[in-house]
Amino acid sequence: MGTHNHHHDYNFSEQYTFAGTAKIVSLVAIVLGVAAIGYGLYTGDTMRTFANLLLMGYYFACVCAAGAFFIALQMVTQSGWSAGLIRIPQAMASILPIASVVLLIIAAGGIYTHTLYHHWTDPTLFDPNHANYDKLVAGKEAFLNIPGFFIRQILFMGCYSIFAFILAKLSYKEDLEGGLSSYKQSFKLSAIFLVIFGFTTPIWSFDTIMSLEAHWFSTMFGWYNFAAMWVSGISVVTVILILLKKGGYMAWVNENHLHDLGKLMFGFSIFWTYVWFAQFMLIWYSNIPEETVYFYKRWEPEYKPWFWLSIIINFLAPLLLLVDRDAKRKQNMMLFVAILLLCGHWLDYYIMIMPGTVETDRGFGLIEIGTAIGFAGLFTFLVMNKISKHPLAPKHHPFLDESLNHQI
Amino acid sequence: MSNTKYIVGSFADPDEMMHGIDKLQANNISIYDCYTPMPIHGIEAKLGVKPSRLPIAAFCFGCLGFLLGFSLLFYTMSYDWPMNIGGKPSMPLPNFVPVTFEVTILLCALGMVATFFYRNHLFPGRAPRVMDLRATDDRFILAVDARENTDHALIDSLLKEAGAVEVKYNERKYVSYE
Repeated sequence: MGTHNHHHDYNFSEQYTFAGTAKIVSLVAIVLGVAAIGYGLYTGDTMRTFANLLLMGYYFACVCAAGAFFIALQMVTQSGWSAGLIRIPQAMASILPIASVVLLIIAAGGIYTHTLYHHWTDPTLFDPNHANYDKLVAGKEAFLNIPGFFIRQILFMGCYSIFAFILAKLSYKEDLEGGLSSYKQSFKLSAIFLVIFGFTTPIWSFDTIMSLEAHWFSTMFGWYNFAAMWVSGISVVTVILILLKKGGYMAWVNENHLHDLGKLMFGFSIFWTYVWFAQFMLIWYSNIPEETVYFYKRWEPEYKPWFWLSIIINFLAPLLLLVDRDAKRKQNMMLFVAILLLCGHWLDYYIMIMPGTVETDRGFGLIEIGTAIGFAGLFTFLVMNKISKHPLAPKHHPFLDESLNHQI
Repeated sequence: MSNTKYIVGSFADPDEMMHGIDKLQANNISIYDCYTPMPIHGIEAKLGVKPSRLPIAAFCFGCLGFLLGFSLLFYTMSYDWPMNIGGKPSMPLPNFVPVTFEVTILLCALGMVATFFYRNHLFPGRAPRVMDLRATDDRFILAVDARENTDHALIDSLLKEAGAVEVKYNERKYVSYE
């Protein structure tokens, strides 16, 4: 009644029990993934398997990093609406250290046992007296060299992981101790983290993905990858939230919070398109061979349908399905669009990675689907396990009350 | 009493006004409108206010902007004087996207503002009219149509019970800032 509805009948200490179907399905998915990767390595499509591992390893790390970005952003903007659901991105951020190690192992495996980054890892490319000497790539040696690559990967992902871990830990500490000290510390750390994250994520994506085709470059690539990371991160938060709500948890989160997540999904899908198109149009217009080679490859008959499908799923689908206010407030619609966007950004990464890595025997089949299922299972297992370890609401969060009364 | 057009209850506290709405509604007295100096969450749902139709206007203006932007480009770049720029086709669709997009946004935004002003009678030079001058300052106003709801004594007592500081019997609908 009145302007301030105090709902004190919620049980903020409720905890998710990770058991039953959710646990079995995620474990089965991991087994399927391992089987698919094993099949890929055994049947000789090792390069294709490594490209898939890189795709999913990067996707996995990106989604977890987006969780860290989400909590830091909410903290710095002093957003109240998200306080009730902040435990989900916190859990995602908490497993960023694991995701980082997985991505590092994949990159190291790809470089040392295969030629995953063969456009710049071959030392003969830098030797002026060798037949393989490549003047363009040699000019980039100061940046594109194996020690530099690993130093940057470890530095960036290590830094994100430490911040993500501390931010989540401070919030869990707040549950036990109350008071404002956790909040104040988180605010400062978040501000520092966002500056570091903002400047380093483009370089991280240059290293991990853009260097797969080292002759080509695009200054838009970092933001393009950031947009993909952020949209998929928001989609994962939405999927977990809706599934938890369907399981009877988190009664304090309602259609108003879902509406805000929907606006972020919608808005950043448009932003993704904006950056994607800015990159495409400038390259198409200037028509410089070393730039157009990227799109030339992606317009080969085997990639062209995927190329267009990516635009349809990542731009047209959220535009048409989420433009209506009511659509953003409906659980099933939001769940559908979030899952669609997650598939869409998998396809987005597929188009980024495959043409530059897998020269022969490429395609879409068991290895692609199996690896994706395996990593989805690993992610689900780790995140849901983390969520089950702590109460589902940060009961001493200074903005929790604002979140409960959120209405738009 | 017979010349009274609107009964206007003036509240100093938003919670009391919300309470007044409940009381009037419980007695089947329809509320004409409500004026508050700040947005109050949940009031639209309580009063049963229909969602704004502004998005429809926005869509129409957006379509108009799209057509205008695209036809401007098509006429100048492809039809009237086709030019070869960098060997591109004379109708380079990707190039048309940014300008068409911007004109769509521009007309959409300007059209929405114009529609909003038109609908709210906010023309340049027009002094705004309100049902109570303090509704833009520190009072929360509940207005009841006095011709539709004839039991004025009941309305008066319900408003005062809910905590109205003042109940006015207005013979004219609006007062002006002039």
